[in-house]
Amino acid sequence: MSRVPWRDRLAELETVRFMGHLGGVAVLTGQVLRTLFRRPFEIRALVEQIDLLGIGSTSITLLTAIFTGMVMALQFAVGLEPYGASLYTGKLVSLGIVRELGPVLTALMVGGRVGSGITAEIGSMAVTEQVDAIRALGADPVKRLVLPRVLACVIALPLLTMVSDLVGILGGMIITMQEVGITWRFFLNQLLDTIGTVDLLHGLGKSLFFGYIVGIVGCYLGLRTVGGTAGVGRNTTVTVVVVSISILVSDYILTNLFLAIYG
Amino acid sequence: MGEPVEPIIRFRGVRKAFGRNVVFDGLDLDVVPGETLVVLGGSGMGKSVLLKLLLGLLRVDAGSIVAFGQEVTTLSQDALTGLRRRIAMLFQGGALFDSMTVEENIAYPLLEHGVRDPAVVRARVEEVLGMVGLPGVERLLPSALSGGMRKRVGLARAIAVQPDVILYDEPTTGLDPLNVRRINGLIRSLQARLGVTSIVVTHDMDSAFTVGDRFAMVWARRVGFTGRPEETLTSPLDWVREFVAGGRGVMEADPVTGPPGDPTETRGRSATPSRR
Repeated sequence: MSRVPWRDRLAELETVRFMGHLGGVAVLTGQVLRTLFRRPFEIRALVEQIDLLGIGSTSITLLTAIFTGMVMALQFAVGLEPYGASLYTGKLVSLGIVRELGPVLTALMVGGRVGSGITAEIGSMAVTEQVDAIRALGADPVKRLVLPRVLACVIALPLLTMVSDLVGILGGMIITMQEVGITWRFFLNQLLDTIGTVDLLHGLGKSLFFGYIVGIVGCYLGLRTVGGTAGVGRNTTVTVVVVSISILVSDYILTNLFLAIYG
Repeated sequence: MGEPVEPIIRFRGVRKAFGRNVVFDGLDLDVVPGETLVVLGGSGMGKSVLLKLLLGLLRVDAGSIVAFGQEVTTLSQDALTGLRRRIAMLFQGGALFDSMTVEENIAYPLLEHGVRDPAVVRARVEEVLGMVGLPGVERLLPSALSGGMRKRVGLARAIAVQPDVILYDEPTTGLDPLNVRRINGLIRSLQARLGVTSIVVTHDMDSAFTVGDRFAMVWARRVGFTGRPEETLTSPLDWVREFVAGGRGVMEADPVTGPPGDPTETRGRSATPSRR
């Protein structure tokens, strides 16, 4: 009577389901790329999303950045003192921020805020059949909903990361001046000596990819939402978790890659 | 409505499952032009799925769906867009875009299908809102409308592009008696005035008898009965008579293994269930 085909049973395994999601994200990415060059270009929707997702995230980015810079400077200044190396605080702080903490912390903060927002919005549309309605009325939800959001994330996150780098270094500088007793001129010289174009590209390249993760995961889980308002809540939570983990894991992989290329 | 009329929509051997849950298996159904076909069946028996399969919103696992001579199941996205110009759907809750005003909602399919002149769009919006009896709500957001009004705006949006076929998903569910009558009246008058073909999915028997030219009843994963509304009352099939009489308890008993009695007694154009 209730013999279940092996295919259905396999589909319920956690690993298989995870691979299914990976495949789903890849398919959605393909659809986004295909619609990217299809007219009409939805410039207005894109600008709206950049404003909503990007500009709207400025304050949390600034707040995260300045305190990260400050606390790093404090730790290094105190920690390096026994070795007589506290003069290197500026170097370590700026390098750490530009290569790692700027891109990663910005992505984590913005990812939590923006990714969950995207899932909640698209998920609500999915459970009230608005996504079906878009298709039924002759439009493409990927072009209408997914493309502007993914593009906005990919554009906004590197920009936010740049701001975050600047503010983080500023915070680090203030604390270093105070704790180590150097001048701002000394700090800036150290900064320019330490940070090269490669370091900047290293950080911004990663944030570009993080932006893609935030946008695509948020949209994918939004579109797949089922089960009414409870489903929206569930998928919103899942988005935050998946985005955070993906950022941290891909950061490690990308850092290895960049170091292998540029050393 | 005689036999020789060529159907414009034809389901053959359609199978659809969601994971382990098989919704349809070997479903056959014909829709002839100009008729209002009411698809009946208990909740959760996949009546809405039927409409979404026809629009290509969901893909079949097996079988064929032909609409206007095109095989829907293998159409490309672009061809599907063309098909959706001719087949419109009224979703259960209206499915209005809640970030847009009523006017923007109704203009949406017009813009999508290439109507660019703002004056033409505005005139059409006004016209269809008049047809559903809601003039002057253009500027409102969907959140400011009642459930019945939302459905009527949804209907206005569906008819904006002058489709040949309109699909209604539970058009009267959750509405007060006055709105139920209004929606029923709209379905009838659209058929009379525009000559559209309608497929109405419902479990509201009053509505079914008011608007339907022909009934198709979903049972045991396929269409187990088709016929004129009055034929349901004299059908030899127990489950048909009981459903029409309001025998809900029987309907929900076990839709998978089928009703008590012999399901092969099915008559009409539909295929017969072969499960033991």
